Amino acid sequence: MASIGSRHVAPHRASVLGITTVAGIRGAMPVLGIATFFGAWTLATSLKLAPPTFLPSPLAVLHSMVELTQIPYAGSTLQQHLMASLEKFGISFAAAVLLGVPFGLIMGRSNLMKWALSPLFEGFRFVPPIAWVPFAIFWFGTGFLAPTLVIFAGAFAPCVINSYRGAQLIERHLIEASQTLGAGRWRTFTEILLPAALTHIVAGVRVGAGFGWQSLIGAELIVGSTGLGYMIVQAGSNLQPAIVISGMITIGIAGASIDYLMRAIQHGMRRKWAH
Amino acid sequence: MTPRQDRSVPLRWIVSGSSVALLFAAWYLVTGPLGLVSSLKFPAPLDAYDSLIRLIRSPGYADGILAQHILSSTELVLIGFLLATATGVPLGLLMGRNRLVDGYVNPVFQLIRPIAPIAWIPLTILWFGLGMGAKLFVIWLAAFAPAVINTYTGVRNIETIVIQAARVHGASSKEMLFDVVIPGALPSIFTGLRTSLQACWMVLVAAELVGSFVGLGHIMIIASRDLDSGMILVAMICVALLGVLMSAGLTYVERYAIPWRR
Repeated sequence: MASIGSRHVAPHRASVLGITTVAGIRGAMPVLGIATFFGAWTLATSLKLAPPTFLPSPLAVLHSMVELTQIPYAGSTLQQHLMASLEKFGISFAAAVLLGVPFGLIMGRSNLMKWALSPLFEGFRFVPPIAWVPFAIFWFGTGFLAPTLVIFAGAFAPCVINSYRGAQLIERHLIEASQTLGAGRWRTFTEILLPAALTHIVAGVRVGAGFGWQSLIGAELIVGSTGLGYMIVQAGSNLQPAIVISGMITIGIAGASIDYLMRAIQHGMRRKWAH
Repeated sequence: MTPRQDRSVPLRWIVSGSSVALLFAAWYLVTGPLGLVSSLKFPAPLDAYDSLIRLIRSPGYADGILAQHILSSTELVLIGFLLATATGVPLGLLMGRNRLVDGYVNPVFQLIRPIAPIAWIPLTILWFGLGMGAKLFVIWLAAFAPAVINTYTGVRNIETIVIQAARVHGASSKEMLFDVVIPGALPSIFTGLRTSLQACWMVLVAAELVGSFVGLGHIMIIASRDLDSGMILVAMICVALLGVLMSAGLTYVERYAIPWRR
């Protein structure tokens, strides 16, 4: 019935019986998908297919997550670890944006600067951010500051590249017009260059935030004594997978929130500068 | 070519060359004669060269010579990357072509994806130990998501008219897949693979730094324990060069696979 009906009826309209339309099946698929995921997870743990030291049940993870917010683990509670990670991220991400954007804009507007700086930048760009960890330890010790260099290395390149592209794509007559009207270098930079390249810049900053957050977690796995990365690596070596997964979920939520914030800024900018 | 352009080409090389030369001169001066930076912070050029020679010659460093470390790291990246391509691209094609599969898989995918692949390292070590298995799994995981997403986007962005035209002309579903959908999505697929490859190297280095017995990340860990900054620099440069080489290899494959895009 349904297969015959679906041929003649528009896919989104309910069939006469209203039970199994194409649209209905499609609507149910996401629910089914999520249910399969959690169902398989619960089943695997409750049938002891995976021992609890290997994979804890979803409920055990939820329980440990609630517990982590009250009882400190590896020196701090979950929210303290989260704040420590966010603090490191905030400091060096801000530094990467504040240095990377002007760097890219200058390279995009001046051939001389581009020729001088691009070989150095290309060399730097191909080193994976995590590979800076040993030097980060040599330069900043094993304390709070060590991961900041790694985050900076992750976030800097996307900021530079997109600002560079943004600056190159600006229409020449805009710059020439402003110079004819007597704008100096600084005013041209702040009032023409920056706004015109802004959508590109914000896109790069968003990519940079993603890389920076990943690099932070990687750095915290290796060095430091606070943060979510530190927490999960400690829990891993203590064979406490429920705490590891709780940390991973927190990392996921925080990363998604940062990206959401960046996207909101991106949309806001687009609306503001579209006219 | 106008004479004006001809003059700017040598100028470009002069500027770039002198900028690089300046960097090397500054490096030599601050680490050597001026003594501003101690070898504990950054190696002098000659120290780095010594480390390189030590690493290449027979006893090597960190339980192996350079070739062994490079082979181990490259092998892991290559296998993980190929596994991710072999699983991610078909899933992306399936999700792009079939709405039911898309509806079923996409939410789970969106649920797991925000978790940075690097954050899986402790769990995979718990599951697989410190050997190859854990590293292959995280590398696969890191490369899988970009492969799926870009294949999916590529399939979805094929113009409906093209699909309809193929259907009107009686293309079988096999012809549709191999002559219309895959070629149409290939540019986007390769964009995804490029991102995947970069993610592979990043995750591999992180996994090797957290725990390993061989590999370029292993060199870095041993060298930072020995306070051997020259060796760290050598390992970093090796990682960067291998990344560049593999990315160039991918460009070569891309040219071969998409001849119509030059």
